[in-house]
Formats: sequence, structure tokens, C-alpha cells
Amino acid sequence: MSYTEATVQLLSPQGTLVENDLSAPYLPLIEKLDDAALKDFHRHMVVIRRFDIEAGNLQRQGQLALWIPSLGQEGAQVGSAFAARPQDHIFPAYREHVVGRIRGLDVMKIIEMLRGQSHGGWIPAETGNFHLYTLVIGSQSLHATGYAMGQKFEGADEATMVYFGDGATSQGDVSEALVFGASYQAPIVYFLQNNHWAISVPVDRQSRTPLYLRPSGFGIPGVQIDGNDVLAAYAVTTANLDAARSGQGPRFIEALTYRMGAHTSSDDPTKYREREEEQFWSERDPIARFETYLKSKGADDAFFSEVAAEAEDLAADIRARTFALEAPPASKVFANVYTDPHPGVDAEAAWQAAYEASFDGESA
Amino acid sequence: MTILQDAPPAAAAPAVRETMTMAAALNRALADALAEDDRVVVFGEDVGALGGVFRITDGLRARFGEERCFDTPLAEAGIVGTAVGMAMNGLRPVVEMQFDAFAYPALEQIVSHVAKMGNRTRGAMRLPIVIRVPYGGGIGGVEHHCDSSEAYYAHTPGLTVVSPATPQDAYALLRAAMRHPDPVVFLEPKKLYWAKGEVDTSITAELGRAVVVRPGSDVTLIAYGTSVPTALAAAEAAGAEGRSVGVVDVRTLAPFDDATVTDAVRATGRAVVVAEAPGFASVAAEIAARVGERCFSYLEAPVRRVTGFDVPYAPPKLEHHYLPDVDRILDAIDTLYPDEA
Ligand SMILES: Cc1ncc(C[n+]2csc(CCOP(=O)(O)OP(=O)(O)O)c2C)c(N)n1
Ligand SMILES: [Mg+2]
Repeated sequence: MSYTEATVQLLSPQGTLVENDLSAPYLPLIEKLDDAALKDFHRHMVVIRRFDIEAGNLQRQGQLALWIPSLGQEGAQVGSAFAARPQDHIFPAYREHVVGRIRGLDVMKIIEMLRGQSHGGWIPAETGNFHLYTLVIGSQSLHATGYAMGQKFEGADEATMVYFGDGATSQGDVSEALVFGASYQAPIVYFLQNNHWAISVPVDRQSRTPLYLRPSGFGIPGVQIDGNDVLAAYAVTTANLDAARSGQGPRFIEALTYRMGAHTSSDDPTKYREREEEQFWSERDPIARFETYLKSKGADDAFFSEVAAEAEDLAADIRARTFALEAPPASKVFANVYTDPHPGVDAEAAWQAAYEASFDGESA
Repeated sequence: MTILQDAPPAAAAPAVRETMTMAAALNRALADALAEDDRVVVFGEDVGALGGVFRITDGLRARFGEERCFDTPLAEAGIVGTAVGMAMNGLRPVVEMQFDAFAYPALEQIVSHVAKMGNRTRGAMRLPIVIRVPYGGGIGGVEHHCDSSEAYYAHTPGLTVVSPATPQDAYALLRAAMRHPDPVVFLEPKKLYWAKGEVDTSITAELGRAVVVRPGSDVTLIAYGTSVPTALAAAEAAGAEGRSVGVVDVRTLAPFDDATVTDAVRATGRAVVVAEAPGFASVAAEIAARVGERCFSYLEAPVRRVTGFDVPYAPPKLEHHYLPDVDRILDAIDTLYPDEA
């Protein structure tokens, strides 16, 4: 449906290794991975999918204001996340839950944000340089580019990776990011997850040509991968981040994947897309093919049940911690708007505290 | 206000009188305009097959076709910038911004081009564009989905800024906006999308006119959009305590209807402006200043404002601390009677 002759694939939907001219340069990177690393890929994909389902349930039960599922995109996300080095910086869009988890973010922070307790609330320095979610489409591509320019100015042995969607590629910000990234030869990898939809708008409204071709007009090499192939995502991102880190300038990866669920908990995809398309992609599921591959390499039932148990544990833990969350204090509304004390905001905070206190005991 | 004279008197949509939601009223206004004037085009993100994330354009693509109602690439500057060109070319674009904060990428187009083209061409090139913006909070929306962004537009000379508070006004004001010769920023209070009221599509409304929605002899509340029902509820509660509190629905923020507001305040001598947006440098601030200038010698107390605080819009679990509500309005009314404290 959307793979092209340029799509790099290392693992077929049937779970077998693909050996061809496109995969050849990348296969050695996979050969270097030991069994534990491969199993970790699987573990993360399975656990996050279970987490995603639990969060969706919590939203339906009124515990969250909104949920943004990543269902179907686990391969692109897990593979690319494992390709980054600890010193690298990651700028997500808003669907990259497992990338955050791999970088060390307690995914409860995402739950808190989408429950409506905070506007983000994690601190990148404490979460493996995984920056905040950006709900405004495409803006983070410029922030990431600027961050990478700083890395270049400092001569740091680091790179930046920024995630965005197919819809985002239409935003001026993303084009400007490519212009700046190329102009300054910034150490950045632009990681596009083409999940084929921007809410109800299909990708062909955003682009008439495959999106991996777009960066070449900016002077940035682009490559298209099967984003439901965690091995391709890992190997191609590793090679590109290494190139960026070693001073070869920016890189662009288009990962072909599919948003298997709704855009968010507010959305109903039956209004705009066909069942056949969903079927096509569910046959290319990132987890199913990787499970087949691991089995062919000797992974046993004990391993898969252990992963399933870990997924259940996380789901139960998230559920319990969500129910235990307390309403944040009103004072949080006024906190951290400015660094220095601010006469206007401080006066409002004081007024608000006194005002709410005036109700104490009234309803008793 | 002027109405474009060259509008073709195409077959007027048959008038209806029904109870409907504000969302349905807006949908009907768009449909009637599309039916009556083939220069009207409706576009934006997800307005086609989906009918918009709030379903305001529901069914329009099916009824009027892809040329009249279409999805755009995901780029707000692109949406508004191309609307400018289409309007130059004789079309009457009605564009949807998906949420308040997602209109900001288009701000350059709006402020520097939409608002100024008529002025720069010495009136020769008018831009009859309607920019629809669902705005405001109170819906448990996550960040960037609840901004009250009206001040940015109201502060921009060249823009007409409208915000209805009832299904009837939503219908009539959107029709008026689409007939208007100049660009209109049409702010839709998303919290009221599903509130119902009677709509008579034969009733027309003029832009630039406020309306007294509740008479009162002691205090005047001045509100717009989502704050109108809140102000009405506060007036009701104050009435139960023996105070006669009136409410003015501003409806058009710019140009501002000084006459209606001034008359109402002069009759009571006490005024409270209610709005969700942060109060600093806000539309509420402008209203308070105008009332102060025009009604000074009639006032029994300084004009008060009940607004959002000067902080980023609060996340869902905190928004009730942020939003003006009935109690805060009643508290403000009490401060207008210092002798009774
Ligand atoms: C500037 C801006 N405009 C509109 C929106 C509303 N919106 C949220 S997600 C989305 C679609 C994004 O599509 P894509 O970039 O492909 O990412 P995906 O959601 O598919 O991961 C839209 C239009 C927004 N968040 N920001
Ligand atoms: Mg997408």
C-alpha cells in the first residue's frame, strides 16, 4: 500500500530476515546485537502496548482527560529509541510513550499529564534527555534543531533526534527546521513516523511524493524504512545518529507505520477510513513478526510469559497509581510562570488562596 | 454595517425554527451560506470527511462537494494565507482553525495581511474572510486546547471580532460574518457547542451590536461567549439575595458597542466585566476602561473585572480554580457595596 522500492526492511512481516541490497549495509548492526538486546526490543514493544490499552481503559472510565494511543507504532519507536546513546537528546511529539520509557521516564508522568494534573511536568535532565511532549504540531522540530546547533557549537559528542508525524511535515516550522539543520550542518536526525493519517486526513493530502524524498531538496539525505520492523528502525537510526554525531550533518528517516487505533480517545476512525486498510496493516504488525523471529532464534515460552507478566504488572501498577493520584493544589496554577517573584501573579495567588479559604467550613 | 452589495441573490435557504445546539446552528449557517452563494468555500483541517473535530462542518462535503468544503494540509499559516489569495480572487473563504492555540501559526497572516489588505489597497481589495476559532476552556481540555485568544485579534486594527453565546446568535452572527465585506474572526465558545436553544433562521443580526440579555437596576454584568451563561446564573443568584442584576452580552468584541453598554451601566451605576481570558491587557480591561471613561459620573463604585488569572490556562484538574464562576462574580458584586460589608 505504501512501501516503495526504496523501503529498507530487515525483517519481513513473516518474521524472516531480509537480505537484499537495501538491507545489506544495516544487517551487520543487527548481527552485533546479543539475544538479551533483541529480547529487550520485544519486551518494550509488548509492555508498552499493554500500557497503552490500560491507559485507554482509564480514559474511558473517566480517569484521564484524553489518551493518545501509540498502538501499531511500537516498532518504529522502540528501534529508534534503542539506537540513541545516553548523551543524545530526544524531542518527542506526543505519541512516543515507549521512547520516554526507554530513556528512563516513568510513564506515570504521561498519565498525569493526560489526566489533567500538569502540562508535562517531567524534567529532561532526569529522564534521559527525553524532552517534553509538544502538542502543537511540528514546533518541536525547530527546538530540536536549535538544540543540535548548540551541540555542534560546543563540539559535543552528541546528537539530537526529533519525532514528528506525516501531518507535521506540512507545517512551516518543519521546513524551517530542515533549512536550519542543513544550513548549520547540525547533528540531528529528523525521525518522521508516517502513520498514514493526520487525524482524518490521509498522508496524500500532505505530500504527493514519498516523504523521504522531501529532505533531499534541503540538502539532507533521506531514507525510508519499514517502521513496523524494529530491526530496521534500530539499525537505520543507529547509522544515521552515528553520522550526525560524527559531524556529517543532519539526516532524515521516514518510518512507514500505521496508527492502528484512533487518533486519540476523542476520535472515531470509522468516520473516515476503511476496514481493509486497517486489515492490511494489522497483517504487518511490528510485534507479531518480531515474536516469530525471536522464536526462530530459540526464545522459549518462559520468556514470552515473563514478558506478558511484566506487561500485566505495569498495567496494574499504573492503574493503582492513577487511582491514588490526588488533586493538585490550587497554588500550582500560579507556580513557575516566572523565575522571579512577579507582583501581578503573586497578588492573584494570594487573593485566590484567601478567597478559597473564605469558603472553608461553609459547606460543613 | 455595510453588506456587500454585489452578493448574488441566490435562492435563499428555507427558513426554519427549531431547537438545536450551537454546533448545529453553526453547521446550518455554513450550509445555508454555501447553498445561497457559490463563492463561499469552507476549508481547514479535518473539516471534510470527518466534519471537523467538533462536527461543525458535518455533512457539508457530502452535500456541497469537495470543491466547496475540503481538508487542507496541516498548516494554519497555509490555510489563512491561501484564504487571502482566494478572497483576492473573488471567493469568500470560511476557514476553520482546529483549536484556539492552533491558530497561532497563522497569526502573521492574520495580523499583517488579513487585517491590513483593505487598508493597503486604499479600500480596493477587501478580504471577506471568516476565520472560525473554537475558543475558551471549561471542557477539561489539555494544554493549548483552552485558550481565550480574543485579545490578540481585538487588538489588531482591521479585524472584526465576534463571539456568540446562544445558538440563535451563533446562526445569525455567522451569517452576518459571512456577508461582511471585511475579515471576521469568529470565536466559537466551545463549551457552549452542545447547549441548546431555539433558532429562527429568518432572524438576522448585525455585527457590532451588544444586547441586554437580562435587565437589572442595581448592577450590570458585561460578558461574552462562555461567560454569558455564567453571568446570567450569577445574576439569578444575586436576584435571590435581593439585588437586581442585569447582563449585557457583548457579542461583537470589535468594533465595540459603546452605546448599549454605556446605557446599561449608567442605569445601574455598577459594573462587573466577566471574561475567561487573563485579565491583564485583555478585552475585559478595554471594556472596563471604556465604561470608566463614559460612565464615571454615574458610577457608585469602580468597575470590577472577574477574569482568568494572568497565568497559562490551567490543566483540567485545576481549571475550576482558574475560571470565573458564579461565586467569584457574586464576590465581585459584593465589593461594589463597600458600605454593606
Ligand atoms: C498547530 C496545530 N494544528 C492542529 C493541531 C490539531 N492536531 C492534533 S494532532 C493532529 C494531526 C497530527 O498528525 P501527524 O503529524 O501525522 O501526527 P500523528 O497524530 O498522526 O501522530 C492535528 C491536526 C495541533 N495539535 N497543532
Ligand atoms: Mg500521522
